[in-house]
Amino acid sequence: MERSTLDLWVGMFVVAGVAALVVLAFKVGNLGTYNVSETYQLQAHFTNIGGLKPKASIKSAGVLVGRVTEISLDNERYEARVVMSIDKRYQFPKDTYANILTSGLLGEQYIGLSPGGEEQMLKGGDEIKRTQSAVVLEEMIGKFLYNKAESGDK
Amino acid sequence: MPMMRGLRGIGSRVINAIWRIGFAARFFLATLFYSGMSFRRFRLTVREMFFSGVMSLIIILVAGTFVGMVLGLQGYETLKRYGSESALGSLVALSLVRELGPVLAALLFASRAGSAMTAEIGLMKATEQIAAMELMAVNPIARVVAPRFWAGVISMPLLAAMFSAMGVFGGYVVGVVLIGVDEGSFWSQMQAAVDFQHDVMNGVIKSFVFGVAVTVISLFEGYDAPPTAEGVSGATTRTVVESSLAILMLDFILTAFMFRGD
Repeated sequence: MERSTLDLWVGMFVVAGVAALVVLAFKVGNLGTYNVSETYQLQAHFTNIGGLKPKASIKSAGVLVGRVTEISLDNERYEARVVMSIDKRYQFPKDTYANILTSGLLGEQYIGLSPGGEEQMLKGGDEIKRTQSAVVLEEMIGKFLYNKAESGDK
Repeated sequence: MPMMRGLRGIGSRVINAIWRIGFAARFFLATLFYSGMSFRRFRLTVREMFFSGVMSLIIILVAGTFVGMVLGLQGYETLKRYGSESALGSLVALSLVRELGPVLAALLFASRAGSAMTAEIGLMKATEQIAAMELMAVNPIARVVAPRFWAGVISMPLLAAMFSAMGVFGGYVVGVVLIGVDEGSFWSQMQAAVDFQHDVMNGVIKSFVFGVAVTVISLFEGYDAPPTAEGVSGATTRTVVESSLAILMLDFILTAFMFRGD
């Protein structure tokens, strides 16, 4: 067996193909932006999560601090239970508010954390007690129409 | 009786089609069964990768760039209406990585390399080279068919990845360099939207499946071609038609499984 120019061409072809995959992974995809830093888990109950999905971002003051890992229905309270993993570098006080917000008018939904003033910090596994549900557009329109009709009667 | 003859014609066509499907399935299994040689003597496969993969590079790279450029232009025109030109990056990258990269690269591969494979094997059969191999106790499936099969299966995901990468580059050239979309938001929106496992890897799986389908169809059509000039030309045409249809149908099925619900 000897090396030939054909092997060189095929080798270059394979290298170029793998390089294209790497570009797709790191430059186009999100593999380069994955933060490998350690996280801790928090959970919160919401009466309505709207269109929140797993992997949605968690922001505080607009800065990405974590991601939603799990969403399930709590069968005792009939509320949505959301598990979030938060970057270990960020600590939040016990009376932090968790709101489900929408980025832009029709954008994705995310959880916004607004910290309170408590001295004690939330630890891994703790629950955020103070939550505000997602604003569901249909409900808002429904309320608006109802109010309209009521005031029209007078 | 012309009606009887018509009925008989339909019946024989149906039976013939089912016969061919069965033979194709047996052919595919035999290819897998006798593929040991294409790895033990990997040179055979490398040689075929040169003809099917390397020789398809230019058409794939040029086509990818232009598809990306068209996506950039069309996407910009549409997104501008909603004031969200900054989402151009995610539009271009998602449509390429999920759909256009694997599908268009496979269509080009079928017409560029698949038809060549069919013609080559068909001519080998017409000039009785395959029969000669069998006489010399060389298994033509192991020696001729399996290396081409694996070369195509290995080349296809690489070609699709290059197509998508060049397409993103083309979209970047048109969107950022020529039109003037903000470069930072182009890349950051793209990275926020494209998930490695969900989008990039599913695209790779798609192109792998297309690679299997295209090479099996091309090789089978060549192997099954009537050993005449007319037969080989008909087989080449059938290869392009059948593999294009197979790619588009498989794409629908795979998409339905991969991207359902989210």
